[in-house]
Amino acid sequence: MEQSYLTSWVIFLPIVGAVVAMFLRSVNAVRWTALITTLGTFVLSIGLYLGFDPAISTASAPQLAHVISDWFPESIDIKYMVGIDGLNLLLVMLTTLLGPVVVASSWLYIDKGHKAYYVLLLILQTGITGVFCSFDVILFYIFFELTLIPMYFIIGVWGGEDRIYAAVKFVLYTLVGSLLMLAAILYLGYHAGEAVNAGVFTTDWYKLVTFNTPLEMQTWLFFLFAFSFAIKVPLFPLHTWLPDAHVQAPTGGSVILAGVLLKMGTYGLVRFCLPFFPWASTEYAMFFAILAVVGIIYGALVARVQPDAKKLVAYSSVSHLGFVVLGIFAFTTEALQGAMIQMVNHGLSTGALFLLVGMLYERRHTRLMEDYGGIAKVVPVLSFFMVFSVLASAGLPGLNGFVGEFLILVGSFNSETVGHPLLIALATTGVILAAVYLLWMLYRTFFGPITVEENRTMKDVNLREFALMAPLIILMFVLGFAPNTFLAKSEPATSHLLEVIEAKRLATEAVAKEAEMLEREQVVPQPLLVKSNR
Amino acid sequence: MNSDFLVQWILLLPLAGAVLNGLGGLFLPALRERESLFGIVGTAVVAIPFVLTLILFLQYSGEAHVTTFYTWMAAGDLDVSFAYRIDELSLIMTLVVTGVGALIHLYSVGYMHGDPGYWRFFAYLNLFIFAMLNLVLGDNLPVLFLGWEGVGLCSYLLIGFWYTDLKNSAAANKAFIVNRIGDFAFLMAMFVLFKELGALDFGTILADPQALSQSNLNWVVLLLFIGATGKSAQIPLFIWLPDAMAGPTPVSALIHAATMVTSGLYLLARVSPLVLAAPQVMAVIAIIGALTAIMAATIAITQNDIKRVLAYSTVSQLGFMFMATGVGAFFVAIFHVFTHAFFKACLFLGSGSVIHGMHHVEHELHKKGHEGHIDPQDMRTMGNLRKYMPATSTTYLLSTLAIAGIPLFSGFFSKDEILFKAFEYGYSGNTYAWFVWIVGIITALLTAIYMVRSYVLTFRGKERWPMADEVQPHESPWTMTVPLWILSSLAVVGGFVGLPGVIAHGEWNWIHHWLGAPYGGPVAEPVLPAHGGGFLAIEWGLILLGSAIAIGGVWFGWRAYDRHGLDYDRKISEATGRLYGLWRGKYYWDEIYDRLVVQPLIRGSEKLLAPFDEYVVDGIVNGVGHVTRGAGQVLRYLQTGRVQNYALAIVFGVAVVLGIILFG
Repeated sequence: MEQSYLTSWVIFLPIVGAVVAMFLRSVNAVRWTALITTLGTFVLSIGLYLGFDPAISTASAPQLAHVISDWFPESIDIKYMVGIDGLNLLLVMLTTLLGPVVVASSWLYIDKGHKAYYVLLLILQTGITGVFCSFDVILFYIFFELTLIPMYFIIGVWGGEDRIYAAVKFVLYTLVGSLLMLAAILYLGYHAGEAVNAGVFTTDWYKLVTFNTPLEMQTWLFFLFAFSFAIKVPLFPLHTWLPDAHVQAPTGGSVILAGVLLKMGTYGLVRFCLPFFPWASTEYAMFFAILAVVGIIYGALVARVQPDAKKLVAYSSVSHLGFVVLGIFAFTTEALQGAMIQMVNHGLSTGALFLLVGMLYERRHTRLMEDYGGIAKVVPVLSFFMVFSVLASAGLPGLNGFVGEFLILVGSFNSETVGHPLLIALATTGVILAAVYLLWMLYRTFFGPITVEENRTMKDVNLREFALMAPLIILMFVLGFAPNTFLAKSEPATSHLLEVIEAKRLATEAVAKEAEMLEREQVVPQPLLVKSNR
Repeated sequence: MNSDFLVQWILLLPLAGAVLNGLGGLFLPALRERESLFGIVGTAVVAIPFVLTLILFLQYSGEAHVTTFYTWMAAGDLDVSFAYRIDELSLIMTLVVTGVGALIHLYSVGYMHGDPGYWRFFAYLNLFIFAMLNLVLGDNLPVLFLGWEGVGLCSYLLIGFWYTDLKNSAAANKAFIVNRIGDFAFLMAMFVLFKELGALDFGTILADPQALSQSNLNWVVLLLFIGATGKSAQIPLFIWLPDAMAGPTPVSALIHAATMVTSGLYLLARVSPLVLAAPQVMAVIAIIGALTAIMAATIAITQNDIKRVLAYSTVSQLGFMFMATGVGAFFVAIFHVFTHAFFKACLFLGSGSVIHGMHHVEHELHKKGHEGHIDPQDMRTMGNLRKYMPATSTTYLLSTLAIAGIPLFSGFFSKDEILFKAFEYGYSGNTYAWFVWIVGIITALLTAIYMVRSYVLTFRGKERWPMADEVQPHESPWTMTVPLWILSSLAVVGGFVGLPGVIAHGEWNWIHHWLGAPYGGPVAEPVLPAHGGGFLAIEWGLILLGSAIAIGGVWFGWRAYDRHGLDYDRKISEATGRLYGLWRGKYYWDEIYDRLVVQPLIRGSEKLLAPFDEYVVDGIVNGVGHVTRGAGQVLRYLQTGRVQNYALAIVFGVAVVLGIILFG
């Protein structure tokens, strides 16, 4: 098979930059190296976007694949397989886009340990891109864990007052989930190997997809996977690490965390849980949908009463990601497509909100809304960016957030698994509540008279800040008015995935039913015998 | 000219105006001083689309035309395009939006003069026109919804335009959130329609109401109506509109009187085939409309802020329109939308002109060292303004007579038609329509009284502001009076597009022929049994009754307030007792909502949910952590707290497990 190294370049170029940065002395050289590396990575990823053809559906390897299978002995089928398909393309693009944005946002925010910070940032980007591009579950797992370490340090070293607490909590919480998942991966790989790979242990995604996980295994394997991803999303009630991590993390860390790191959870659900365990996924869909809807409402209400702007945005993530999870478990193309695009949307608009709150923090060193008030007059451009991002986040039609929410809700309403009208109605109230807490933030922070003297001399955005916000703002608009350009990239993959899921679910049920019939056939004749004996 | 081409520019010009004015003002602060630049661009991008719409109107062939630009979003069975429909209904709405819109832009050139946010104002106003055009032209519900929420956004931005006063921002938030409650219902209606029919374009959903089960149909119509109560300020969601008067007055005229608030009526007229098939919901619509109409009218009598009187009047008039909708007279509702746009926009702009003048008085008083503060919107400090502002006074009077329904003025024809339709619907056996008709008669009387009250208190009697012989207001500039004259002329003659059947013999009622489904238009009508020969006499009787009520109301109000002035309010108050307190207190809707909904939600979140999150949900997590740590004292060498070690442990663990699988 023809190898394409482009995907690998996109994954590993940041690490190359990190290695270069390690040997540099001056702070500026490090920063510029990081910026150029991430920009270069973004340019390369455009090649992925152009090279990917959604019309082609592949059965054994992704497009633009790079496969190395001789790292392990032949008796185990673990390999380096990365590539692009409709499910990961947009998330890879989001990651590479946020890379330079985050570097630029950290330019002055980071005031110590510059070299280490940017090196960790670059390693983190490699980890995240790797997670999205991996088509081998073990490889995925390695990248998944790789993201933990740099994130731990970014929060723990450059974070706020309670940074150590937040960092340890973040790592332990996610580690608990992922270790359980590792056990499940190994178990699954072993059994799938028996069934579909001539007895050879396999973690090849394409092979695992063809494996009909037996009914009795599905439930607990599904929950082990889903638990790990639910922590990452985070799904209510597993969300409490998120506000701590967000509030303590430096701006760059928050943007990555909200922008792409959380999507590893929702992406994992789509990529692994659904196709590996279709029966369990549909069986417990309602359970997850209810948690998601609780999260939508709960996150919004708690966000409304936060005095800290950053915490407010953090809780808004809990609410917004609830929509994504709902869409994933609806099993309709509309909803799943909505979930895919909503992952990107949330990355853009919540990323932008964190950037803006960070800019305020850089100016006034406080995140409390009561320390602001009326600053719209002093910083008009920053206010414009904020109002724009708030509207995108609140799902105003014409901006990106609406497209995702609308598709998710319309698809969920139509769903056989979660389409209870009352549940969807409750989810839809999230649209009202989002306006409540987001407008409240604008009201407290930007409008009214200026109450604190220091705020009178606040500086509006500078050229660097403008340059890093502009692409996000433009994309929110583009995704709002022409989302179909992007939806079209993932539609064949999502609808194919749903077909596979449905076929596998039916097959699993058929197998189970057959087994039951066999059992019954053995049982049923007995009373007759008993009777005749009498 | 090519229709697609025209539609494209009708939509794009206001958008371009919004972008140019907005970004230009935001990023080029030096430009902000050059008001005329923003004023000219802002007005032109609305005036040109009006001309283009006129061309469309004149060359309209009678056949609906849909222009599709590109696919907005598609997924699974859902396929939504940016598609726009030109037909009789959208044309009439577009004419009103761009025509009245252009006049109000022109008016704003003078009204907003000297405001530091001049550029911003025109950007928002242009954006509003763009959104409103999406609303009335969209060929499917999502595009309509894009406009629907878009106008809500512009309303938010413009109510909170003077954001340095927190009160204004609070009113803006209230408007947006209350509207969102309605939008929630709108969204749910779309979900039901898509689930049942698999599409959301009007061609599909209106094709056959029977394609929906009766219960689904009822739900859809009810949900859309709830959406309409938000945007068009009906019970129970009308509470945002009076507060919305915090915005600059041209905004009140354009958005909160002439166009945006009528979009609920437009929506129901657009889906009229569905509404007609849900008669129970129609009864709800009519009754809600009637209750809103009379409630708002009684409040309007007691208000002293000139804009608030007009705001409640708008709520009341919208109630009239919903009464028409609820008795199946959709085209009459649109007729009233049409005439109301003229006289109410004129009244608001007139009040703006008055406020402009009173601001001047306030300013002069300050200069002269007068200590007290006067509220430039309070009618109690006005009086005899007709002496100083003759144009404003005359146009305001003409519009007052129009809204009161004096025969041959525009309001007479549209309001009388509503009352007639209600009567006729009741006569045909729909009992609730009688109730609607009676409430309508009473409200019509109240309307005449409170409007004349506002005119007399403002423009007649004696000057009531301090130092009146030294400080006087003066008439507004021509950019403001020209729109007043045009609008008031239309308020006088606009009714002739819909002559009542008995006069016109059913032949010359242009708006009926233009819109009505029996004549090939898009607006459905109920089929009523033929009336006997005696009905003609009843029709004449109703017209005479309507005329008598309008003339009587005006006469009564004029006599009472011109003779007694403000004292007459006290007389009414004494005569009505407790009821008057209820009216003055606006039926305490705000207080009730605050106590029953807002406070419980916020206090609950603050006192219950947030602590719950911190101590219970997170507490359990941390508790697990502590237990583990306690146990870990023994194994503390494993728990160094260093992630490097954990990473090492993971790698080690993976190796061990793999080893077991491989070699075990």
